[in-house]
Amino acid sequence: MALYSEKVMDHFRNPRNVGVIEDADGVGEVGNAKCGDIMKMYLKIEDDTIRDVKFETFGCASAVASSSMATELIKGQPVSDALKLTNKAVAEALDGLPDYKMHCSVLAEEAIKKALDDYYEKHPEKRKEKENEHI
Amino acid sequence: MKIYADNAATTKMSKTAIAAMMPYMEEYFGNPSSLYTAGQKAKEAIESARATVAELIGADPREIVFTSGGSESDNQAILSAAALGRAAGKRHIVSDGIEHHAVLHTLKKLEREGFEVTYLPVHENGIVRPEELENALREDTCLVSVMYANNEIGTVQPICEIGARCRQRGILFHTDAVQAVGHIPINVAKDHVDLLSASAHKFHGPKGVGFLYARRGVKLSNLIEGGAQERGKRAGTENVPGIVAMSAAMREAVEKMDENAQKLITLRDYLIAGLSEIPHSALNGDAARRLPSNVNFCFEGIEGESLLLLLDDLGIAASSGSACTSGSLDPSHVLLAIGRVHDVAHGSLRLSLGEDTTREEVDYIVESVKNVVEKLRSFSPVWRDLTAGKTKFYL
Repeated sequence: MALYSEKVMDHFRNPRNVGVIEDADGVGEVGNAKCGDIMKMYLKIEDDTIRDVKFETFGCASAVASSSMATELIKGQPVSDALKLTNKAVAEALDGLPDYKMHCSVLAEEAIKKALDDYYEKHPEKRKEKENEHI
Repeated sequence: MKIYADNAATTKMSKTAIAAMMPYMEEYFGNPSSLYTAGQKAKEAIESARATVAELIGADPREIVFTSGGSESDNQAILSAAALGRAAGKRHIVSDGIEHHAVLHTLKKLEREGFEVTYLPVHENGIVRPEELENALREDTCLVSVMYANNEIGTVQPICEIGARCRQRGILFHTDAVQAVGHIPINVAKDHVDLLSASAHKFHGPKGVGFLYARRGVKLSNLIEGGAQERGKRAGTENVPGIVAMSAAMREAVEKMDENAQKLITLRDYLIAGLSEIPHSALNGDAARRLPSNVNFCFEGIEGESLLLLLDDLGIAASSGSACTSGSLDPSHVLLAIGRVHDVAHGSLRLSLGEDTTREEVDYIVESVKNVVEKLRSFSPVWRDLTAGKTKFYL
């Protein structure tokens, strides 16, 4: 059996949504170079929807593929859905990851959450709306 | 193009070695311990192989024990020396930080059993300094274990100088010569080596077979009990085809050594020059005192596994010391030992050339590595921060 699924290799070889959004509404970076994985997510948000998303990743093939898949899963989706994205969903969409590479999907989830935190930080009024929804 | 540039991991078997082993799988398949002709033919073949292997390293046939390979030889050599040390009340061992795990893990086991191990530094060039060895030796030192040549960065250690110092003080000296046998000249007598480990598949022999040289008078302890094979030092029916093929491969490798080494050194240095053009890259290990086939680089801002997989897509088989390829969180202990920081060590690439590597292939490797490194850097946040001046380059 190959190390990775075809889907992982596809997203690794041809990562989707690679790059930077200069005027991003939210940016999130997780991981560190010492451990060999860094992910950075850039979000453009309008009308509570993820209008655009870009990523940069330093890491192994599963880290690149997880970032790529995560951006595909949230692009065009309501912010409320992006907040619910789990690492499991990312890994499943990639037709699975080896056990010892699951942390790559966790990083993808965390990078998006961190970018959304940044967005709420910059738009406190949106945070209020979000909190009110929960009540 | 398909290029195999991972000859330090394993090599393709030579046609000579394959031809040599065939009769011992078909015609003379007998057990060497059996008395009838088929068995005795096998026995003769083993002894002839033993004589060949011994001759090629300047040893006596009685000093050669056939094993399953480098790891077993390392284990048996170190555990034997430790047993002798223990019996004499000596529990100190000197080694270094870039040994193969077959050595390091065996030393760790001995540390848990009460031995003390001093690990010599290897400095930026990846080479042990004999004067530092001298300072580390003690009254209770029972063994020095320093590899002949490193498997990752290819650095060749000053074995003769280390051996002489050990011999002078009556301390056993073991060298893991897995990467060296068949590639650079070895003479156990001239090098003052007491124990030496080797593995056949690193010099175009088969996998699963190797040998341990133990100088006469150095008593070996058994790892495997259960029979009188190998003068009682390694039980189990001998791997006859493997042993015969190993000796054939070794003879061929040693006979062609000068010719091959010359050719490889030219290609190696050509490859090093090509890869050096990549900005913010660095060669790992001493530029001259290294194996003729070994090239090892770090490229800042990228990760090794990604590099390997994209090179594989381009038909190039190579290796890396990144954490992701080692299955642990830390990158290669060898790269850390020569002072590479984690961030940089993750972006390493080892290319180990073979005797049939061509100049055109090296050109293709250089072009491919340049493209792949550029691609990975194009979406690396680490590279972005480096180029934006937010963080400082190490290389």
